[in-house]
This record gives sequence, C-alpha cells and structure tokens, in this order.
Amino acid sequence: MPTALVNQKPVELEPGERLNCIQAAARVGVEIPAYCWHPSLSVVASCRMCLVEVGDTKPDGTVVMQPKLVPGCQTPVKEGTVIVADSEKVKAARKATLEYLLLNHPLDCPVCDQAGECFLQDYSYRFGRSYSRLQEPKELKPDKDHIGEQITLFTDRCIMCTRCVRFTREISGTAELQVINRGTHEEIDIFPGEPCNNKLAGNVVDLCPVGALCSKDFLYKQRVWWLQSAKSVCPNCSTGCSVNVDQNEDHVHRLKPRDNPQAQGSFMCDEGRFGWKYLQAEERLTYPLQKTDTTDGIRDWTAILNALKQTVEQAVKKNPQKVAAVLSPWMTVEESYLLASWLKKLSSQVTLALGPVRVVGEDDTYPKDIHGQPVQPVKFTIRAEKCPNRRGVGEVLQHFAGKIKPFAEVVSEAAAGKYDLVYLVGGDPAGWIDDAQAQAFGQVKTLIVQDLLPSPVLAHASFILAGGSFAERDGTFVNHAGLAQEIHKSVRAPGNARADNRIFWELTGRTGLFHAGNLRKEIGEAIPALAAIQPGKLGDLGVLLTSTPDNAQIPVVHA
Amino acid sequence: MPEFEPVLLARIHKADSTSLEGYRADGGYGAYQKALGMAPADVTKMVVDSSLRGRGGAGFPCGLKWTFLPKDHPGPIYLAVNADESEPGTFNNRILMEQDPHQLIEGIAIACHAIKSEKAFLYIRYEYGRCYRVLAQAVQECYAAGLLGQNIQGTGINLDIQLHRGAGAYICGEETGLIESLEGKRAWPRIKPPFPAIEGLFRKPTIVNNVETLCCVTQILGRGVDWFKSMRVPPDPKNPRDPGSYGPKLYCISGHVNKPGCVELPMGVTARELIDVHGGGVWKGRKAKAVVPGGISMGFLSADELDTPLDFAGPGKVGCMGLGTAAIVVVDDQTSMVDVLFNCCRFFAHESCGQCTPCREGTTWMRKILERIRGGHGKLEDLDLLMEVAGSMGIIPGTTICGLSDGAAWPVKNAIAKFRPEFEEYIREGRRSITPAQELMATH
Repeated sequence: MPTALVNQKPVELEPGERLNCIQAAARVGVEIPAYCWHPSLSVVASCRMCLVEVGDTKPDGTVVMQPKLVPGCQTPVKEGTVIVADSEKVKAARKATLEYLLLNHPLDCPVCDQAGECFLQDYSYRFGRSYSRLQEPKELKPDKDHIGEQITLFTDRCIMCTRCVRFTREISGTAELQVINRGTHEEIDIFPGEPCNNKLAGNVVDLCPVGALCSKDFLYKQRVWWLQSAKSVCPNCSTGCSVNVDQNEDHVHRLKPRDNPQAQGSFMCDEGRFGWKYLQAEERLTYPLQKTDTTDGIRDWTAILNALKQTVEQAVKKNPQKVAAVLSPWMTVEESYLLASWLKKLSSQVTLALGPVRVVGEDDTYPKDIHGQPVQPVKFTIRAEKCPNRRGVGEVLQHFAGKIKPFAEVVSEAAAGKYDLVYLVGGDPAGWIDDAQAQAFGQVKTLIVQDLLPSPVLAHASFILAGGSFAERDGTFVNHAGLAQEIHKSVRAPGNARADNRIFWELTGRTGLFHAGNLRKEIGEAIPALAAIQPGKLGDLGVLLTSTPDNAQIPVVHA
Repeated sequence: MPEFEPVLLARIHKADSTSLEGYRADGGYGAYQKALGMAPADVTKMVVDSSLRGRGGAGFPCGLKWTFLPKDHPGPIYLAVNADESEPGTFNNRILMEQDPHQLIEGIAIACHAIKSEKAFLYIRYEYGRCYRVLAQAVQECYAAGLLGQNIQGTGINLDIQLHRGAGAYICGEETGLIESLEGKRAWPRIKPPFPAIEGLFRKPTIVNNVETLCCVTQILGRGVDWFKSMRVPPDPKNPRDPGSYGPKLYCISGHVNKPGCVELPMGVTARELIDVHGGGVWKGRKAKAVVPGGISMGFLSADELDTPLDFAGPGKVGCMGLGTAAIVVVDDQTSMVDVLFNCCRFFAHESCGQCTPCREGTTWMRKILERIRGGHGKLEDLDLLMEVAGSMGIIPGTTICGLSDGAAWPVKNAIAKFRPEFEEYIREGRRSITPAQELMATH
C-alpha cells in the first residue's frame, strides 16, 4: 500500500487514490489551513494559505525536498511523498498570508455573523500574528445588499477565495457571481440586474469562509456560539440531504448542509434550507383534542391516549376489516413500525396504506447551462418527490401488509363507507389532503388525525393528535436511493404537542421511554429489508439498504 | 569586435519595409521555403541547436519548449504569439511589428511548421494599434499571395493566423494569463503544471513565443545555426544551470539619456556601452545613478555595476532577477530613488491581477508605504517592513502562481539593498516628494 509522510507521520493511501496534501494530512490529524480549496470545487490555489514543503523519496531512500513552498491543495500525494507542514518556513508563510488577508479586512468581528465559525478568526488565532503593521487607511468597498434575495455581501470582509464564484459556475451552473476590478480593488459582484437567486444560492453563504456572504434570513439573529447543532436530515425532498439543525432555546434558527457523499455531497437547496419555517407557524397544532358532544373536548394526553387505545381495540375486535391506518411518508421508520406492528398484532386484517406522496414537477438537476437546461454530469438534484421517507415507510408496509396500498384507494373506500375507524397520519407541511378527500372521511365513524398543521380533514376527526416535526423527533429516514440516515431531536414540539414517536410508544402500550436505537434493533431483527439499520451501523452518514430494490411503483399525487 | 550589422532591425528604415513586395525583394520568405523543404523535426532541431532562448523575459530555451509538445498528438496544436509587450521600458516588439511585420509572420509560419500547428494566435496589446493595423495588412497580403491559408503552395500545409487585441493588462503578457485572455476569460494565470505545451489554449497543446523570438527563428532558418551562435556569451562553467546566451538581441534604451531608442547588438553588451555609445550619454551632462537592466521587474543596477554584461546570466550575478526584456531605463543622479521605487510599486499594484493573496495585498501595501514615505511620514523600520513584504511575495518563495509578484518585489529588494543610505537619509531628514494636498488625493 502506498505510504506518504506528513510531519513524519505515515499516511496510508489506497491504491489508485488521488489525494492532495490537505486531504492526506487530515488523515493523520494534521490540519493544513486553506481558504480557496473546497473538495467539491475546482482547484485554483490562489489563497496561498495551504503552502507546505513537499519532497519525494528517491529509490535509494533519500528525500529530495522542492526548494519552493507549494500549495498543498494542488499537489498530489503519491508513494513516497514527504510533506512538511510545521516547519518555520511554512509557519512564516502562513503568518505572512494571514497578515495580507487581514490588511484590508475591517476586523468587525463583534458585529459579524460569521464570528465564532470564521476561518479567518480561527486561523489568525492559530497561525497568524496578533497585530497588523498596516499604518495606512484600509481599502473601503461598498456592501452589496442587492446580490440576491437570500444573500447579502459585506464586500470589505471578503478575502477573494472565489469559492462562491466557482460554486455558481461549477455546481449551479448559473454563473451569477463574478469578480470585478483588479488587484486589491477586486470585489465579488453580480451583473447589474441579474441577482444570484438560483435554487442553490444559499450555499454560497456556507462556502464563504469569512463573513462576507451572509444569509439575510439568519443575519443578526444569533451569535453562533449560542447555537446548538443536531445532526438531522432535510425532509423536504427524497434526496435526504444531511443537515445540521441549529437551535437556541427551542427555536430553530437555520439549517446547514452536512457533508455526506452518499446523500447529497456538500450542499443543499434553498427549498430545504429555508423550508423549515412551518416549525414556528402560529397555526401549529399545539394540543391534542378528543371531541365530545358536551364540552369543548378533552385535551389531556393521558386521557386521550387511553380512550384512543380502547376505541381502536374495540373497533378491531368488532370488525378488523373496517379499520384502516394511513402511514405518512413523513413518518420515521420507527414510528411506522410502532403503528403498523401494533395494529397488525391486534388483527392481521386491519388495512394499512401509504399516505399521499407529493410530487412536484420533475427532478431538478444541476448544473444548468445558460439556457437553464441540465448539464451532465449531475452534481446536485432537487427531487420531485417532496417527502423524506417514502422508501422507509414502504419497507414497513411491505413487511406488515405484503403490499403498499395507495392513499387514493383508502379515500374511495372510505367514501364508500367501508371503514368504521381510520387512523390518518399527516405531517406534510405543504398540505396533503384536499377538501374532496377530506369529505370522503366524513363517512368514517371514528377518524383519528395526527398532524402538525390544520387541514380540512380535522373537521371530521374525533381525535386530533398534535405531532412533531422532523426537528422535534428522533428516528430514521430512508432516502430515494435507500440510504437510511438518523435524525435527531433538536427542539421540543411547541405547546403541548408531542413527538410522534412518543405518541405511538404510549399508544401501543410500551413501557419506559422511546429510544430510537433500541427500537431499531427490534426493527432490524423483525424486518429483513431493514436489517442494515441495526444499532451501531448508521453512524453520522447513514447506511445503504442493500437488501431490496426500490419498492415497486408507488402511486403518487401530482400537486 | 568586428563591426556588427543589424539583422533583425536590418529593414526597419526602408521605405516599404512593411510590404510583402519589399520583404520579398530582400529575400523574404526564403527561410520559410527552406523550412518547408525540411521535416518539422529537423526545423525544431535547428532551433534547439541554435540555443535560442526566449526573448520575452524568462529566457527559456525556445527549441526545448517546442519539444515538450506531446508526440503524435491527434488534435490541434496552437501557437500563441505573445505581442502583449507591457514591461515598462520595453518597445522592441513594437518596432519589429510596426516596421517589419513579415519577418514576424515568416517566423510564425516556420514555427507552426515545426510544431505542426495550423492555427496561430497573435495576441497584441491594445495600446499597439498601429502594430495591429500593420500586421492585419501584412496577414491579408500573405493570404492573397498564398503564403497563409489552406494548402500553402501545394505542400498540403495549412496555416491560419488570427490577430487578437488585448484589453490593456500587464498580466496578459504572462503566458497562461494570455491563454486565459485569448479564451475570453479574465487573465488570471493558471496553475502549472500542466504547462501550456501539454494543455494550453482551449485545453490543447499550445506554444507561447515572443515576437522577437520568432523573428530570431526566421533569421536562424535563413542564416543558419553557426551564424546565430557566432554571437555568444558562453555558459558560465561555474553555473551548471546557465546554458549561455547566443545571437543578436534588441536592447531598448530609455530614461534619462540623450538618445533613447532600440538597438540591435550581440548578446553581452554592457549597460555602460549602451548608455554612452548607443544612448548618447546621460542627459544634461549628469551621471547615471541606477539602471534598470531589463524592464523594471528585474531590479536595479547601481552606478558601480554598469559594466555588467547584459546577457541572460549577467544581471543575475549582481543581484538582479535576470536580463528580462533587455530594456534599460536610466535614472540620473538628480532623481530620488524613493520616487523611482514608488513609481515601480504603483505600476505593479495597479497591474496585479489579484488572484494570489500575497501579490494582491503585498503590491498595494508596498505602494502605500512608499506613498507615506514620500509624504514625509516614513520611519526607518518601514524599510525593513518593505524588505520583509517583498521577501514573502512571489514564486521564488513559492507564494504565488505567476512571476508578477517576483517582478513587483525585486525592484524593492534591489533598491533598498543597493540604495539604503539614500532611503535612510530621505526618511531621517523628513524630506517629502509630494505636498500634503497631493497626499490627500493619493488614494489609488
């Protein structure tokens, strides 16, 4: 196996592996600082922060070092490469580069959004000098609030790494951003009247290593050191981008993509990035309700769940064929397992169906060419299927019901009066049921609706269970490609609403507290198709379900 | 030394030096005919044997560069002619293009035959409008006479020359910056490797040669290798990396001399001879204080170093970066080196492309420091700071992609090392070159 040396530490390389010095060094825990280099973008080697000394081991064992410093981002590592990233020469170059970068930087960290997660701060602290020797006035450049609907540019903070420019050229393909002027007067800008509003535009904020590009949505809302991150998965389409949900005091403030080569790469789309606002919607269902004839209804979880449990059990006992449950593709694997296994245990004749899978248009792939047409190779896809877990719920249904019954069938059967009791789980914040469909459930004697937001069907419900959003639950989502990823609770559900997993846990009469990991063990043993999600296997990046192909043709609803 | 007859500039004073007819009357395109009768590899070998080194500044062996092209490359190979002559004090390409365009076109044709290229791009800096018009006329004449185009003179060889005017940037003279600019992009030099000979213009193998280099190719083919090598400064036996300097060279003389101009001389003439014999001496009866040996990015020769031979290796021996474009700029003894250096730094701060951090910020910082010194607010430690900034810039420490940064740093290093007492005196005495009002205006 080829071996290279980084600061005297051996680095093992896979045969045929193409790494640069930064990546090789990271393998043995040596950080080579860099600004312009990003694993998903082309190499320009212009920030000159990653300069290292590099040499080759000759066949006779001697090491010949190159006389000049070389950029680590651009230098490939192969058998016998020797990298020195901690010599005085390297340190001096880093110190000089940081001094250059800070010459015209306004040093307005106290009012900068990036402070606390800023590479300029971090590297200056670790590699830079503590004061500037510039005695002349700094270059002043105008802030540009107009460069995008979601992004703003503090031009004077920019260090000209051009990551944002390369992103819009290479990943989104829309090429709105460019460099204008020359030398120290350089600025990032747009062509007049052509703002950066593509569906991936928000990524340039994450890519910006300093506080130059900021998200208007997040601007001045929080200091980042107040935020706590939970690893999660964006639920807004079946791509299932790995994300971090950043919250403070039970209030989500932003979603940021988390690198995951199996899911989406390094980026996420703006639909997902800003598509969590319903979490804080005033209309959110904040308490459970059992409708009664005499009073305003019962709003106590314990009483409602006990009553609900009895009602369901009695209905199944009376005639299991008249009982149905609709499992939403917004449920986690664990939740769908809890509900499905409980009902099927009561009677195998209970009907299980998949909730509406909302599909909007076609898959939207990037990069685009100047005419907006997709270009190969595809680097990012916003999927048309706007739900996070159609495959995971599908596997559960396949196991317990033997088939995946589409929502439309349940609707028509309900309209025909086939069911006495229907358990509807919603969860799609963009709406999943229209008036006509809701009308069909008016025939059902006992209708149970579990959802986040009000919908027309609530009018017919006897039980309304206020559930939790993706940020309020633990569990597992399986994306379009069969990648199972864990989501973690970030905030508590508003008011008296409850995470769905807890609702099902108590409803199904289990004791103790819900724990996703323990339950995954049970699921993995019970459902062969989901064996891969057993504890210890998911990790931060998820695991691919290899057992079955995508479960057949799922009937979808075109919105 | 026997009386030297100019060759490259032999025709420039003729009345019809720019016409094809006149050029042919002087035996023009004979070298091309000769080349067409030879195999491309033989032409390349001839250029390799002549030890012709690039005249654009870096002095890279021209024939060797041609051999770097991939063998039996199936796709197109391009020749890009670097006529973006922007080094301050340099105007030899301009004279060649304005006065003897066919010599250049013949050189291009020979080079394209040698490297099997069917397309040459001639990148002319925007400011050279007359060069463009003269060359456009000359190229048209060649097409009409069947010297360019498809199936040239029935040999089955094709060649198109496309003229391209730059938009006014020093960095376009850097070969990869020139390629980017030709592609219609911002002239940000590329990281190397891959070198242009492997992946250049439109990602195809590309040779970039200077105008004077190609004119030399014409003469080498016409007059032979022995003629070219008869003018020489042999390699320094103590320096294994010195391949020697051969052939005639165009020296540009400008600055404080009585008779500025461009002269053709054998390699290795001294700066003193250039000033006294060819430049008519320093003006107003003064003495030379400093001389730029080859464009300002090469640094300065002090008055004691004027006997340095100006061949490719000579200026390097006295701390300059090299011969560069062999354009000497004379500074007389009444001129402040602070002002001279400020002018250099202002130029490079203006022309830095802004890609690499050290160059983008360093050039402007040095300009600002010198601006402050010129305003009478200098401190002695500013000189050390200037040296430190200059020392941390450029491909020689490895901190930038192209050589512009070295070129910006070298005059600073040279000026302060060689003229430090003058700088110290300037600062200590609180002298100033600009008024407070000018200082307020001096923001860019």
